[in-house]
Amino acid sequence: MEVEAGSAVERARAGDSDAFRLLVEQHSRSIFRLAFRMTGNEQDAEDVVQETFLRAFKQLDRYEARSSFSTWLFRIASNYSLDLIRMRKRHEDKRERGTDEERDILQNIAMDTPGPDRVVYGAQVRDRVNAALDELSPQERTAFVLRHFEGLSIEEIGATLGTGANATKHSIFRAVQKLRKNLEPVVGHAR
Amino acid sequence: MNHISEEQLVLLYYGESTEAPAIDQHLVECEECRKEFRALQLVLNTVDSAPVPERGPEYGQAVWQRIEKRIGARKRRNFTQWWIWAPAMAALLVTAFLAGRLTHKPLGADVAKNQQQIRERILMVAVGDHLERSQMVLAELSNAPDHKGKLDITDEREMASELLDDNRLYRQTAHSTGDTAVANVLDDLERVLLEIAHSPNEVSNGQLDDLRQQIESRGLLFKVRVMGSQAREQEVAPSTKKDGKKL
Repeated sequence: MEVEAGSAVERARAGDSDAFRLLVEQHSRSIFRLAFRMTGNEQDAEDVVQETFLRAFKQLDRYEARSSFSTWLFRIASNYSLDLIRMRKRHEDKRERGTDEERDILQNIAMDTPGPDRVVYGAQVRDRVNAALDELSPQERTAFVLRHFEGLSIEEIGATLGTGANATKHSIFRAVQKLRKNLEPVVGHAR
Repeated sequence: MNHISEEQLVLLYYGESTEAPAIDQHLVECEECRKEFRALQLVLNTVDSAPVPERGPEYGQAVWQRIEKRIGARKRRNFTQWWIWAPAMAALLVTAFLAGRLTHKPLGADVAKNQQQIRERILMVAVGDHLERSQMVLAELSNAPDHKGKLDITDEREMASELLDDNRLYRQTAHSTGDTAVANVLDDLERVLLEIAHSPNEVSNGQLDDLRQQIESRGLLFKVRVMGSQAREQEVAPSTKKDGKKL
């Protein structure tokens, strides 16, 4: 598949828009999944997908075949998602409202957790997971999503974030600590 | 071996540990660490339950349809250096438009009406192209990443300077033809283009934020997108008037 992608990249670089269309069709779904996990928001994820391919097209000359094309796209998508998250956090009023909502969700779930209905319990766990992911800083969330869901190595994540191996590991550690703190009281009931 | 740290367990979970055999051995022997690792596994496995909305196999085609036009525009921008000839083309189109208005001779009602429609279409084609290029500048600045130190916006600044001259022509033309909706958007756009054109080549995060706020507070990007789409629709369907009625 990567050989085909490599050939499509070469043709796209030469100005073949059909080749770039193939790349868009091939990678859109995985970029959407990554973007949604990063932003936690469907509309933002759609924006990330669109902008990722526009930026990729613009920067095709800068792509070096040392990493796979999908990893390169992940890097663009992660960086743009990070920008979106940071921009969103800059809007003070929205951030305050968001934090209150997250806190409400966490409190309500913590109070309601030991319900007898496992379906309801499962939905609560999912809500709690989303709320816990929202509690991570943009850098922690990016590092965690790329490691946990996308399976990128510490080195690849560092290259995406522009951080060294130690800083990258610490972002992942902090993310895991926060997730444990928020989720253990809930998942403990499943044990 | 001492008890295993949480960091070591996280690395083990993700297969990144350089001391996996020793840790595995310790886990066999130490119930406390084993319990800790199970708790970690339980939480991280639970995170997988976070749902992601599904996108079907046709999703890639839909994405392509959304970006195809913009990619075409960027390609033109990248490879044909539109800014060299665009102002001249724009000036030519508007001159043709104004000349048509000022030098008209008495004609039959239908012929005059047709000529008026043709001139309006010429203006909308030119304005549509202008708005598309302006949209690129606004989007580049709105989406520019945070940065350490200064960000180089020389390209955007130069494009804004180029666009300013065209914008003045179009705005005056829109005013003179009584097209207030177009004139108002071009009025707002001109103020922001002026700010960008007068910015330094390298801006700090604070200066970039100021520019973004100007773009956002006026809802300019949205207005430019909508107006640009309307112009393109008229370009595609010249026989349809703005009120949607067929001629």
